[in-house]
Amino acid sequence: MTAPTSVTAPAEVSAQLYAKLIARFPESVAAETRPNYSGVIIKKENLVEVAAAIRDEFGYDLLTAVTAVDYLAENKMEVVYHAYKTTGGTGLVFRVQAERVDPIEVPSLVEIWAGADFQEREAYDLFGIKFTSHPDLRRILMWEGFEGYPLRKDWKEAFFEEEAKPFKSRWPEGKHTYAEFKNPFRDNLNFPENFDPNSYQPDNEDDLYASLENHSLKNESGLKTDQIVVNMGPHHPSTHGVLRVAVTLEGETILGLKPVMGYLHRNHDKIGERSTFLQIMPYTDRLDYFNSMSNNLGYAIAVEKLMKIPVAERAEYIRVIMAELTRIQNHLIFVGTLTNDLGAMYTPSLYAFEERELILDIFEAVSGARMMCNYLRFGGVVRDIPEDALSKIKDLVYERLPAKTAEMERLLNDNEVLMGRLKGVHVLDGETAVKYSVTGPVLRAAGVPYDIRRADPYSVYDRFDFDVAVRYNGDMMDNYLIRFDEIWQSLRILEQALQQMPEGPVNSQKLQYQVRVPAGEAYGRIESPKGELGFYIVSNGKPTPYRYHVRPASFVNITALEEMCRGSKIQDFVALLAMLDIVMGELDR
Amino acid sequence: MEPESLSLPNYNIPEDLQNVVAVTTIERLYNWGKRSSVWPLMFGLACCAIEMIAAQTARYDLARFGMEVMRPTPRQADMLLVSGTVTKKMLPAIIRLYNQMPEPKYVVAMGACASSGGPFKEGYNVVAGIDKFLPVDVYVPGCPPTPQALIAGLIKLQEKIDKEKFKTSRWYQKGKTDPNYVPMPVLGPDLIDVRRNEEFKRAAARKAGTV
Repeated sequence: MTAPTSVTAPAEVSAQLYAKLIARFPESVAAETRPNYSGVIIKKENLVEVAAAIRDEFGYDLLTAVTAVDYLAENKMEVVYHAYKTTGGTGLVFRVQAERVDPIEVPSLVEIWAGADFQEREAYDLFGIKFTSHPDLRRILMWEGFEGYPLRKDWKEAFFEEEAKPFKSRWPEGKHTYAEFKNPFRDNLNFPENFDPNSYQPDNEDDLYASLENHSLKNESGLKTDQIVVNMGPHHPSTHGVLRVAVTLEGETILGLKPVMGYLHRNHDKIGERSTFLQIMPYTDRLDYFNSMSNNLGYAIAVEKLMKIPVAERAEYIRVIMAELTRIQNHLIFVGTLTNDLGAMYTPSLYAFEERELILDIFEAVSGARMMCNYLRFGGVVRDIPEDALSKIKDLVYERLPAKTAEMERLLNDNEVLMGRLKGVHVLDGETAVKYSVTGPVLRAAGVPYDIRRADPYSVYDRFDFDVAVRYNGDMMDNYLIRFDEIWQSLRILEQALQQMPEGPVNSQKLQYQVRVPAGEAYGRIESPKGELGFYIVSNGKPTPYRYHVRPASFVNITALEEMCRGSKIQDFVALLAMLDIVMGELDR
Repeated sequence: MEPESLSLPNYNIPEDLQNVVAVTTIERLYNWGKRSSVWPLMFGLACCAIEMIAAQTARYDLARFGMEVMRPTPRQADMLLVSGTVTKKMLPAIIRLYNQMPEPKYVVAMGACASSGGPFKEGYNVVAGIDKFLPVDVYVPGCPPTPQALIAGLIKLQEKIDKEKFKTSRWYQKGKTDPNYVPMPVLGPDLIDVRRNEEFKRAAARKAGTV
């Protein structure tokens, strides 16, 4: 076993960087003093000014994660930002703190990074932080009118039992009671005192339609035309789940568009903050349910960063193999669903699912479950790959997948209908994509070769020889072809990983139910098939995380949807949405 | 159902006519037709939806049971497959879809979440089981259920359909107006099940009194 990759070098770089930032703004930037925390604290009055400098002078052009933490004991609400350079390297963490007295106000950074839009709305929705000068501050995951801000530490849900799992009611000696019976409303409900449902007037989404109108393009032709507002979803066959999109149309042209989400918001963060570190692992499977292995990897990396433990050498390779197999099946499914949306109902999907089944067989052999693998553990994986599964992987990687990928390319890529629909339809240019914090294949198809596996390598990706797939036109065809490029690169990585994989233990730690995680914060991120998947964890040394936040690729990527679709035709909208390759489990969490 | 099973037992049909002639009842014929073409609503909620799609694909091939025709519109669907976590925000849409489906209609709760809330039951935006609102015919356990488990559940549904009688099944009862209609819930400070308004009002008043 070799030593884990050195962590001191990047830390020194960060320390110098933060010193430089403090020297540049001695009045408004202060160093972070809490142990195991990184970054700087910015006075909220100067946030916009400093953020502009971080972007323009320091070159951190990609704001990836924005989230809030409720420090109830210190009576502070903190907003944490993670910024990165698209040219690679470690990140810059900066934060603002506000007194925890309503109204909690923090300046919005949408002007500087448009990608902060939805993430700030999420912090407003779940924490009640008002981002002043935000152009469209509405609730995003919950509905308007919902009582309270769920992620605040003093907000308790209806089925609340205890602060931390395992609940006493679940122990073998504990007497089982239904959660329903403990609640005055006999259900998962919590109404305010003296609430009268008979006289309640529900919100009729005026805010949504007003905002849609405000952000729509204006008719400048001089012709008098009528506009219509169409709601697509949440039940619509091509929104990839339960996404709803409100669209203003003039004829067939999209003038304005607002995604409405939260239809699959199943409270991942809140449940995570009550579960032990290990108990969260199976929940991460259900984030992006196509790619459970990648989700496990992102979460494991974040916790390992906090625990400062090495990962067993063999396990690193197993992780890479699983993550890349996941990427291949995700991209195959992407091709299937995209062609579905374009009207080639089912046939390409059937091809894609055939290969996916074979990959799922491998997942089932190693983990016991087809989709929800729950395979990774802190320090490694839960068990070794069985011998027959390894030979199956080799068959797939060396024989079947290259042949089948080539077959799919041969069948589809020169297809006239596909070319007609995809070629020259603009998705995003590189500059806009970076501005909107778009990551993953969509960013790379716009000519920005930003791949975290290369830009900020994690696991053992720095040992493999592969190219970052990049294409330059930023149209739908490029977005489509880049998935095939990535499949080929993944196969290259897989071949090398299979050859280099050493023998040895698959976990550096003893497998245990309760891991000891020291107090501090960590942000672990990986290049998931859909983009950057980040996990932000704050621990206070207890068995459960104090704050657990997922920075999903889908959720941040969809911030750019409005920009992508405005001015295009409604029939292209479905394909443009397919390009983002969103999955609702991750988008809504 | 094989032609033999369409026929009533104890009728001796000559061997050379067995694939041509069946002696049966209207009820049996009707159930046979219904169970052989249960068209699901093309409606996916969460993770389970992916396994539902996988059940449609080549390896599992739901078409063997006459269920491959997924209809995107509820007006042409016979079965609502609730495939995933039902959230409070989504519930009105599901109820609206269910109310639009023509009778006879069936509901299959696929997976732990749709059956009971599953791993997300404690969540503030999660409905602990679709059966709090819709009459569920078959529960399929699993998280997510494998396609095999889903198919087993759907075969159970077919068996249920086989046993239906005109006299007792809920859509052919006289006098009742639309027995399957479910009133739309309202999104208020929390999810308001309008059938329980008075109960909620009392409980909210009690809550104020105790605090």
